[in-house]
Amino acid sequence: MEFDLTIDALRHVNQALHDCGHNHGDVKPFVIRNPKGRHAVAVGMTHEIQVTVDGHVGYYCGGMNQSANIIVRGNAGPGVAENMVSGSVLVEGNASQYAGASGHGGLLTIKGNTSSRCGISMKGIDIVVGGSVGHFSAFMAQSGRLVVCGDAEHDLGDSIYEAQVFVRGDVESLGSDCIEKEMRPEHAQALDRLLEQSGFEFPVADFRRFGSARTLYNFKIDNADAIR
Amino acid sequence: MCGIVGIYLKNHDLEPRLGEFVADMLEEMGDRGPDSAGVAIYRNPAPENGSKVSLFSSDPTENWDRRKAEISSHFECEFSLSVHASHIILSSETPVSLVEPWIRQHWSDLRVMSIGKAIEIYKEKGHPKEVIERFGFRKFAGTHAIAHTRMATESAVTTEHSHPFSTGLDLCLVHNGSLSNHNRLRRYLIRQGGQFQTDNDSEVAAGFLTWRLSQGDSVVDALHSAIEGLDGFYTFAIGSRNGFSVLRDPIACKPAVLAENDDWVAMSSEYRAIARLPDAKHSNIWEPSPAQIYSWGRD
Repeated sequence: MEFDLTIDALRHVNQALHDCGHNHGDVKPFVIRNPKGRHAVAVGMTHEIQVTVDGHVGYYCGGMNQSANIIVRGNAGPGVAENMVSGSVLVEGNASQYAGASGHGGLLTIKGNTSSRCGISMKGIDIVVGGSVGHFSAFMAQSGRLVVCGDAEHDLGDSIYEAQVFVRGDVESLGSDCIEKEMRPEHAQALDRLLEQSGFEFPVADFRRFGSARTLYNFKIDNADAIR
Repeated sequence: MCGIVGIYLKNHDLEPRLGEFVADMLEEMGDRGPDSAGVAIYRNPAPENGSKVSLFSSDPTENWDRRKAEISSHFECEFSLSVHASHIILSSETPVSLVEPWIRQHWSDLRVMSIGKAIEIYKEKGHPKEVIERFGFRKFAGTHAIAHTRMATESAVTTEHSHPFSTGLDLCLVHNGSLSNHNRLRRYLIRQGGQFQTDNDSEVAAGFLTWRLSQGDSVVDALHSAIEGLDGFYTFAIGSRNGFSVLRDPIACKPAVLAENDDWVAMSSEYRAIARLPDAKHSNIWEPSPAQIYSWGRD
């Protein structure tokens, strides 16, 4: 089913995507054409549907996504896949600020670069960036994994909690309480799986791992299970 | 919030459509701030050694013919005057150094919006759509323009508080963001001889650039000083006689998108304004890096 945002009202399009799962049976893929930088395209999805957005989107595309698989054939504005719970969002171009912010789950893949604060306050989402990320990425990141195939600008992982960060290129600087950590087999295995899922063929051995030094927040090893 | 846009035409054949391009972009940004809107457009340069001044009158019964006769007779020189709603553009062969002090002394009831050779500034309260219609801006031709739509946060909604702010001859500034050291900086700049019309923070950014330029800085040097001197959030677009520049603060919370193709260079708070331009799909689109100065223009 196709929508054209130069003709169809955005609210109507999002509503149709929300309602489609009520008709039991297979739901065909959706295509949204001419987004032209509109905000909040394909937000709040709750069904296992395929949505392709054919062009550049503005703020919050794929926000709060649950179960849907969303592909953006273009660039994404600020807050793409913000607070995603599950499913996937793939951006074929670049993404702006705070991509994947606060996400609880699912996979966000960005083929290009992101600007600042990628994965800020992430809470379980996996984010794979084919290019580089801007400053203060993974700021206060709580859990989940951020994979950067290019470089990271300054203050990566500032005040990070238990999220894991993998960077293939250069790190301009690490933020407070973020340190380089040993890449153990379980990390390499998880990274390998994420790279495969997101379609990147970089060798795991090229990456370094970063995480919390656990001096800024009150970490007790006895509570480790609670934050997994 | 606020929205800003800028466009510089590389293809001269598009110059008759500049007003239409800016109007489309600014209207698209209207829901980032409907309080007031303004445009600085560069076009129809005044004669060599001459000057062009944009003036605003809050009096709807203003007698512009009388003003024109008065200034023409004083300088014994024909001034051309075009009226656009509450604004007029006054152009002549008389140099700025004579025209500006005379206007400030004799027409203190009018506001000087811009001074230079090519710049014209139009700004008013209201949604950009209304403001653009009021000035008939869509029909304006020109080489480049920057524009602003305002969501007022820290000071009043008046014509004087609207952007763009003039920062010197053929120079102006639009701002999305908020400055935190503007009161202290305004006091400092007043001690340096600066003059301010409002309590607005963006006017202080403009005044800061005016001061640096008066000290001999180039526009790029003045913007480097701004990174040091201004504390707060900002994306600036700065218009000059030959083009425009863009600068974001080092934290870069305030959005900005740049796009370029063979015909034009454009900047906006959001891509959707750029999407209104011809052939936007086939342009190189990117987000300007923090604390980096981007400039385009003719030499």
